[in-house]
Amino acid sequence: MKYNSVFDIIGPVMIGPSSSHTAGAARIGKAARNLLGSEPSFAKIHLYESFAKTYKGHGTDFALAGGLLGFETDDPRMSKALEIAKERGLSIEFIEDTSAVSHPNTARLIIGNEENQIELVGISIGGGKVEITELNGFELRLSGNHPAILVTHNDRFGAIASVATILSKHKINIGHMEVNRKDLGKEALMVIETDQNVGEDVMDELNKAQNIIQVSMIAS
Amino acid sequence: MFRTVAELVEIAENENILISEVMIRQEMDVKERTREDIFADMERNLQVMEKAIEDSLKGVKSVTGLTGGDAVKIQEYMKEKTPLSGNLLLDAVSKAMGTNEVNAAMGTICATPTAGSAGVVPGTLFAVKNQLNPTREQMIRYLFTAGAFGFVVANNAFISGAAGGCQAEVGSAGAMASAAIVEMAGGTPQQSAEAFAMTLKNMLGLVCDPVAGLVEVPCVKRNAGGSALAIVSADMALAGVTSRIPCDEVIGAMYRIGKTMPSALRETGEGGLADTPTGRLLKEKIFGSLA
Repeated sequence: MKYNSVFDIIGPVMIGPSSSHTAGAARIGKAARNLLGSEPSFAKIHLYESFAKTYKGHGTDFALAGGLLGFETDDPRMSKALEIAKERGLSIEFIEDTSAVSHPNTARLIIGNEENQIELVGISIGGGKVEITELNGFELRLSGNHPAILVTHNDRFGAIASVATILSKHKINIGHMEVNRKDLGKEALMVIETDQNVGEDVMDELNKAQNIIQVSMIAS
Repeated sequence: MFRTVAELVEIAENENILISEVMIRQEMDVKERTREDIFADMERNLQVMEKAIEDSLKGVKSVTGLTGGDAVKIQEYMKEKTPLSGNLLLDAVSKAMGTNEVNAAMGTICATPTAGSAGVVPGTLFAVKNQLNPTREQMIRYLFTAGAFGFVVANNAFISGAAGGCQAEVGSAGAMASAAIVEMAGGTPQQSAEAFAMTLKNMLGLVCDPVAGLVEVPCVKRNAGGSALAIVSADMALAGVTSRIPCDEVIGAMYRIGKTMPSALRETGEGGLADTPTGRLLKEKIFGSLA
């Protein structure tokens, strides 16, 4: 089910004016920041359909910026996020994109800094709830209902087993898992939803495992 | 986990518990949290709602100036005159509009189920409160009951204007409020479902056509209409009136109607009231050549 908590319906507490265009946008921005794993210095954001048509009125622009800065939906600094981004050295470009997309509230973010860059697609499905549907060209379905680990790895035998072994050693249960690859033998992505948040020690261990390229985490 | 209103009502009837209690137990179960924790979170939401209403009655104005101040006007009218629609109903209308005025002014609100429709559930709650004199726990339960019904709508249809039009937002919010009013007034779980169905039926087909794409016009006034309808449907259900079309089928109809709604009428600010001469003029005034 898309919604699994009463607080998805009665909540979130947020700065107005729109749950999907403001609070949801902030959450997409925050998810992007978490996936990058550090403060971005640039962001190129494509907005589609309802997001593209109404982002100025709904504050979608400052909300995305606020999320990229790590703000929660009820952060009182939200409406000043674009100015704060400038002060913190984050340059943001918004593009009203007319390409066809499957959800009316869609944003594509290309964000990064000197060390790293990621590209992802987020959709805001209503009431402040969001899903990440694409990361670095991989299709996925990340609901944010549970903590998740995202592992970019070489498409070789044993890569999945080594990750599963580390998680099992730390007694972390996998609730949902999917593996997606672009081409046989190239880069692949594991999306692992876990029942509990995963500690830094586990993340370090995963990073060092064979055939693992990059590991990131979304806490819940 | 309940997926439909029929299942929700069945659990409540079989275990002889309130709808709110079904929602609380499910939340405890799914999230592995204690009752105290969950109540504390909902209490926080309730405080945000209370604060937003208080702020609105001091008078607020949005950045564009399109909305604000109407909640106060209605409260003053109620003091000076005898409202034709009755004090309780108009009090709900005023508090629902006030909450949405605070939202439009980028104040802090609690989405129920969305920000654009955030006035209806608290507006009705803080109006019926004056007549029903609930305990604080019953006020928190009101939100769990509303949430239980919203949960079914969100999982079987949609709750955002961009996906399903205003029927999905204010329609859902009004219907959720109806169900919660019935429980607070001592009605049965089935009567909550009837009230929900009757409100949503009256909201079917309502489009999302915000002027200049802003959550202001007509959103604030639709929150007024949604809360008035919520109270009327609750009274109808408490009087024993039932919906010929079962609740879940009304939700299904709402979903199919939303699916066939053109994009211009789903929160793009391109059709409906947004596309009237005045709507277009307001947009131009606000955004100038940027729009």
